[in-house]
Amino acid sequence: MLHIEKLKKVYRGGKIAVDDLTLDIQKGEFIAFIGTSGSGKTTALRMLNRMVEPTSGTVTINGKDMMKINPVTLRRSIGYVIQQIGLMPHMTIRDNITLVPRLLQWQKEKSEATARHLISLVNLPESYLDYYPSQLSGGQQQRIGVIRALAAEQDIILMDEPFGALDPITRDTLQDLIKELQRNLNKTIIFVTHDMDEAIKLADKIAIMHEGKLIQFDTPDNILANPINNFVKEFIGSHRLIQQKPNFKTVDEVMIKAISITIERSLDEAIRLMVKSRVDTLFVTDGDNRLLGYLNVESLTGDARSKKSVSEVYIKDIVYMKTGSKLQDSVRRILKRNLNNIPVVDNQNRLIGLITRANIVDIVYETIWGDEEQELKDS
Amino acid sequence: MMSFFTENTAEILLKTWEHLYISFIAILIGTLLAVPLGILLSKTKKITKIVLTITSMLQTVPSLALLAIMIPFLGVGKTPAIIALCIYSLLPILNNTFTGMQSVNENVKAAGRAMGMTPAQSLRMVELPLAMPIIMSGIRLSAVYVISWATLASYIGAGGLGDYIFNGLNLFKIDLIVGGAIVVTLLALVVDFLLSRVERSMIPKGLRIQGGRSS
Repeated sequence: MLHIEKLKKVYRGGKIAVDDLTLDIQKGEFIAFIGTSGSGKTTALRMLNRMVEPTSGTVTINGKDMMKINPVTLRRSIGYVIQQIGLMPHMTIRDNITLVPRLLQWQKEKSEATARHLISLVNLPESYLDYYPSQLSGGQQQRIGVIRALAAEQDIILMDEPFGALDPITRDTLQDLIKELQRNLNKTIIFVTHDMDEAIKLADKIAIMHEGKLIQFDTPDNILANPINNFVKEFIGSHRLIQQKPNFKTVDEVMIKAISITIERSLDEAIRLMVKSRVDTLFVTDGDNRLLGYLNVESLTGDARSKKSVSEVYIKDIVYMKTGSKLQDSVRRILKRNLNNIPVVDNQNRLIGLITRANIVDIVYETIWGDEEQELKDS
Repeated sequence: MMSFFTENTAEILLKTWEHLYISFIAILIGTLLAVPLGILLSKTKKITKIVLTITSMLQTVPSLALLAIMIPFLGVGKTPAIIALCIYSLLPILNNTFTGMQSVNENVKAAGRAMGMTPAQSLRMVELPLAMPIIMSGIRLSAVYVISWATLASYIGAGGLGDYIFNGLNLFKIDLIVGGAIVVTLLALVVDFLLSRVERSMIPKGLRIQGGRSS
């Protein structure tokens, strides 16, 4: 849907920022432009909505030559998430989200409905629509920054280091959120980053840039498996190359059965179940086994004593992994967020298993001493 | 001293009105000239220095001299006084408009542009609202200057509260001088207070509200 051919930007003074960039982007792909600062990745991104005018080369969007579209019209049709958030400080969250719809003079009701729908997509309450950006935390602000880019039903979203200003945990949450949004809404996202972990985690394809040139453009797995030259190898970092080599174990292979309880049960039953199964955490699901949240011993003490049912005390804020995710991602997440365990869900969000710290110890043990045991048995 | 106020109440009110009128027209014209010029300057950085130098130079011309210079061209009366005062009001407003426009966060402006705002929309929806408090404080500063300098306008026959002060000087009547000065000072203070309220109301609500909410 997006065809970039020999795109070039030469700044005054002769500095070549982007040199003959050629690549094709399909609908629904998540593309990462990655490189060190000065590699031309941001300039390349900004040429795609003509924030920076290309010196030469062509970009065709759905068969249309971008240079023939009025820049203002073009920008309203392409979402843009700017670095450092960039919300309008004097506008309410509602006005920020509906900025492009308002520029396009949508009906008020339609804009309002869009704002309500979008804010629910990023798990923020509707009451926040009346707040101002300064009343929100950085992570919340960038959630708004992201949905602002979706408000006019743009198919292509450009993101310029969208999570650079956030702390690691907020960043991780937002990465999950954006990946999920992109999958569910089938948007084409092109984002710029200098963080290789972020690129590997999010992107379907990574474009590695260096000094204005595209060095390698491929899927993360292929790049990790076959870095095209030494520069790419160095850029990826040796620790990632080693990490990548051993078995691509998925969470499905090692997960254990999760103990869950449905939401309409009473707290008495929950406690009895905990005692019976000797666990401190129960996962709360609906009738269809969809994961809603969790319940742990801490949530059962204190003022929870006066409450009677699971639905009153369970915690909705839960981190989970999708089926088919790499085991190493779950390890990273457990360690980064200091979790004891992480539930695994299928594509319909149904609870199918659990990864615990104990699982991980087993895996570590197996990788380090597993071979030795094998040898002992063999001999 | 009190007799000055009790005996001349009606006349003092009339002169106060005259004084306000001259000042108001001067500031209004000054604002209408300086704000658009300031916006223009912030967009075309090349001529900024030249224009700001010229207006600063105008500011340094002694006020009495500037008023006197007006006489050969425009005669005496309110018109030359208003023009002279208007010239004085330019610099603070111009300076603040320029500063205000420059102070708008580049990232916010870039976001507006990336969302598909035309330059006019960016000005109306983003830059002006954010620059407004600073522009307004320039207007307030000018207003206080102009009200006190409008006293001198009486010298070229423009009327206003300066009449008392000049008459007092000529007739050596202390209570006229002091009484006139008191009223001018009060006027300046009241206008300053009112405009500071206006200035505060110009700060966009989103910038006044502070306070974090953790995620």
